[in-house]
Amino acid sequence: MKLVTLQRRMARAVMTPLTRTERMRPRTAAGGSMRAEAATFIKPNDRLTSFERLEIYNRQYWFRLLSSMIEDFAGLQAVLGSERFEQLCYAYLTDCPSRSFTLRNLGSQLTTWLKKHPRWLGAQPVLALDMCRLEWAHIEAFDGPEAPALAPEDLAEPGRPDFRLHLQPHLQLLSLQYPVDDLALAINDSAGDNSAAASNAVGERRKQRRVQAVARMKPRPIFLAVYRLENSVYYRRLQREEYALLAAVRRGLPLERCLVSAFRGSAMPAEDRPAAIEEWFHNLSLLGLFCRQPEDPDLRP
Amino acid sequence: MPANRFNGFTDYGVGIGLRVPHYQHILSRKPVVDWFEIISENYMIDGGRPLQVLDQILDQYRVVQHGVSMYFGSAEKLNREHLRRLKALVKRTKTPWLSDHLCWGSVDGRYTHDLLPMPYTFEAARITAAKIRQVQDCVEVPVAVENVSSYAEFHLSEMTEWEFLNEVAEGADCGILLDVNNIYVSSRNHSFDPYDYVNSVPAERVAQIHIAGHSKYQKYILDTHDHPVIDPVWKLYERALQRVGPTATLLEWDDNIPSFDEVHGEALKATRFLAAAATAALAQAI
Repeated sequence: MKLVTLQRRMARAVMTPLTRTERMRPRTAAGGSMRAEAATFIKPNDRLTSFERLEIYNRQYWFRLLSSMIEDFAGLQAVLGSERFEQLCYAYLTDCPSRSFTLRNLGSQLTTWLKKHPRWLGAQPVLALDMCRLEWAHIEAFDGPEAPALAPEDLAEPGRPDFRLHLQPHLQLLSLQYPVDDLALAINDSAGDNSAAASNAVGERRKQRRVQAVARMKPRPIFLAVYRLENSVYYRRLQREEYALLAAVRRGLPLERCLVSAFRGSAMPAEDRPAAIEEWFHNLSLLGLFCRQPEDPDLRP
Repeated sequence: MPANRFNGFTDYGVGIGLRVPHYQHILSRKPVVDWFEIISENYMIDGGRPLQVLDQILDQYRVVQHGVSMYFGSAEKLNREHLRRLKALVKRTKTPWLSDHLCWGSVDGRYTHDLLPMPYTFEAARITAAKIRQVQDCVEVPVAVENVSSYAEFHLSEMTEWEFLNEVAEGADCGILLDVNNIYVSSRNHSFDPYDYVNSVPAERVAQIHIAGHSKYQKYILDTHDHPVIDPVWKLYERALQRVGPTATLLEWDDNIPSFDEVHGEALKATRFLAAAATAALAQAI
């Protein structure tokens, strides 16, 4: 047997989802005997069968990946419940196994995958999807690239018709329907309380109460910026017009057209707009969210 | 012996792994530590706190890179993006050598994120050695390959694990990161004498040594890095030092991580063995 053949067979077995009791499945995906499959390439010893030796790796694989998913998507886990979330992870990781050298990217396809497989989103699909998008945005903001902030000298010709601004690559813009930013922070707080004093069960109940409170809310548009400042990730609510402006900047439109986009269909009185624009630019500049054009072509809009 | 071409002719002492729970302690108290080992992949990112902390550590400490997912033993080609990021990190840290494992973990572009055991075949040794050479050529620092703990053996194997390690190290002309805890764990899982392993390693290629704790189950031992080092592993370490001389040593503690002082204190137990090895080496030289 060639090395690549052995590795394909072992990887197939190792990546097979565990049973509900967290053991290796007795049948392969093709319906054959897993014991027979293990025996073809793994030696037994005086204490463990070939199946049991392979099972150690099968369990390690899933424990490691599930643990990473729970760490990255604790909010989604709270929304769906632990058991449903675990089954979702098995299904997602079977369809989308890791194709990156780092576990950091394990959830990179989750939002897209959930849109294609909405049955995993549970009783509150919009809330669950909002939470998933927020948690992935958090990961991107945490260690995404940072370009030099825009300086006054970079604004030599802001009146030029084709003048363009650039946003920090780590800034993520989200259009949501539930206040998952507040919910995520509350869930994190519950986790903190839990480790300090209360039992797991108490912590879980507290999380569930918070999730239910948000789930009962009527969906409404919420616009959010997720960004990094001094190496901490922040969530900042945006006005609809401010969000539209930033989305247009992110698309690479000239500033003039960004401003047109910002107020398309807006109910904001015309006389209030100059002050609003000034305030947005002032705040966004203070946060360093405008930057010079990133040098890396991959980071350009 | 301690400074050789596989560790950049450095003479590092006892280090510990740089881990997130210790960031605050290290940055605020600035403890005296010979060197830190970092998990390369944790810093192969574009920005944010991990890189800021790394830069602060680099200002004050010596750092050596240790990888967990280059998978020299995978039959597929090296991941070019991984290599590109690794090379960039090498430039940032100026690591005198870097290490990764003698294992595989990916196939057809799919990653298991585990250190899977190799079949000890000549084909596997040839493929593995060729990939280590490619990495060395790319990153332009010496590469040391680390023996892993394993829980399975293959019918395909044509040699012992230590013969395979030697075959790969010779073929790649690379260094060895000798993990004496992994030797102990595998020896118990596969019923071989760990001293046969230590006595067979080419001493001149050993760039670094790892020590760690593990967890014992009813039918096997798991390499968990969540306990202090046990006496039989310290004895194996002592024997390794008798053969290779005083060598850069690192304690790995990755789960249930205790305070910085506890981890560092455990690591510093190695100094007694290193001092004895240095004395013996001096006596031999005289």
